[in-house]
Amino acid sequence: MSDLPAREVKAAAADWFERRNFWNWTAESETAFTEWLNASLAHRAAYVRVEAAWKRTERLTVLKSSVRRPPQPAPRERNRFWFFGAAAATIAAAAIVGVTAYWPSAQPETQTYTTMVGGRETLALTDGTKIDLNTDTQLRTQITARERKVWLDKGEAYFQVKHDAAHPFVVIAGNHRVTDLGTKFVIRRDATKMEVALVEGRAQVDALNSKTNAPSVEMMPGDVVVATANRIETRKKPVAALSTDLSWRQGLLIFKRSTLADAAAQFNRYNREKLVIDESAAQLKIGGTFQSDNITDFAEVAREVLGVKIARHGDQTVISH
Amino acid sequence: MTETPDSKRDTADPRSAAMTASDVDVWFAREVLPLEAALMQFLQHHWRNRNDVEDLVQDVYVRIYEAAQKEIPEHPRKFLFTTARNLLIDRARRAQIIPIEALPDPETLDIAVDTPGPERNAIARDELRRLQEALDRLPARNREAVVLARIEGLTGREISQRMGLAEATVSHHLSNGIAALADMLYGDAPKDGGK
Repeated sequence: MSDLPAREVKAAAADWFERRNFWNWTAESETAFTEWLNASLAHRAAYVRVEAAWKRTERLTVLKSSVRRPPQPAPRERNRFWFFGAAAATIAAAAIVGVTAYWPSAQPETQTYTTMVGGRETLALTDGTKIDLNTDTQLRTQITARERKVWLDKGEAYFQVKHDAAHPFVVIAGNHRVTDLGTKFVIRRDATKMEVALVEGRAQVDALNSKTNAPSVEMMPGDVVVATANRIETRKKPVAALSTDLSWRQGLLIFKRSTLADAAAQFNRYNREKLVIDESAAQLKIGGTFQSDNITDFAEVAREVLGVKIARHGDQTVISH
Repeated sequence: MTETPDSKRDTADPRSAAMTASDVDVWFAREVLPLEAALMQFLQHHWRNRNDVEDLVQDVYVRIYEAAQKEIPEHPRKFLFTTARNLLIDRARRAQIIPIEALPDPETLDIAVDTPGPERNAIARDELRRLQEALDRLPARNREAVVLARIEGLTGREISQRMGLAEATVSHHLSNGIAALADMLYGDAPKDGGK
């Protein structure tokens, strides 16, 4: 019955919990931990308590205001080419055209692939490369005996390239070129910028117009390159976060502390019905996993956890605070 | 009477009826921990030395665990406060600090106890605010480590790289942060810091 002071027991419980969850943990560690845990019911209660507290904080991924970063106004992109006519959407499924022969004999043949808003397609090229096209995307392929070339005209695509040193795989997105060195990567392009994230392998990004004078960038896994008309920037991202970004391949949007403004921009890429976030709610933070085609569900969750108001006007859902 | 923790049980074989440890853990986390703030209030109110409260909570939990391993109490709230009261009586007898009559009798206890704890009517939004406030109250380094672990999902090693700190230092920040969060989320630590 004579336990250590509660303060010390709590500190020890937090220590064990922390070491067990965030650092290398061996069988010997587990033995020592079990010994400690069973030494006293006070230990057990303290450990269960700290574990339960941590579990409770899981909800923090839905955060109302930023903890570390000062709020920054999200750039308001008017995604011009994300607005498609209703009629166009009905032919979305039929929009994927043909399969390209890998070694066309005469002149290079170009194939065009498109998806409409809310659409999603997987291409299996004859060289073994797989390309997933996200919503509202256009991509052209030109496969010759000497090289494999793809143009991302708009939208987003995830590439799992079959490596072939003799025939480099090149993606051209606007003024930039991504050369694969045996990789998995995702490229997204909109009116003003191109973004490449490297999941696996290596790749190289360079600018096609010499004006920028930017040296080419060698990418390592976890690198995210953002290229605008006149500059190329590299950021780091945990590979785990990258796979979250690729959740669209399962028809999901996963947010971790995204602003409502950013989340809405994502939803609006996938839906003709639009989410409109009032200025008063734009910087509220939300997290969670959502079906990319279910705006209603998202709005309900936002209302419940953030206390925002929801109004519907025609095919717009307006969220305000 | 099964609610009185100090009542003698003559179970034939306590082990046969014993809950597995993890059942008790789950029950404890779900039913008892949310009452911690109310329990602390109760103890502060009825025990002269506030510095003892944290240790008293620990002793109450030990008694609760001992009882629950034999049989999960049906009414956790009543059971918890009865246990707390009995503990205070034992302590008062032993230390002869306060007259036993000063302790609440079970009648008044029920009334005092049924004041809704902060958890009772918590809705999702309040819970979120509470979590966020708790996070905001952490010392900066602790908070940063906790945020990287909880929200960014980084490992200890990744956090130490990100923060540019030695692994042992990160471990310390994480551990402190987690312990402080647990106190704020369950104990509702007093504003003066509780020392």
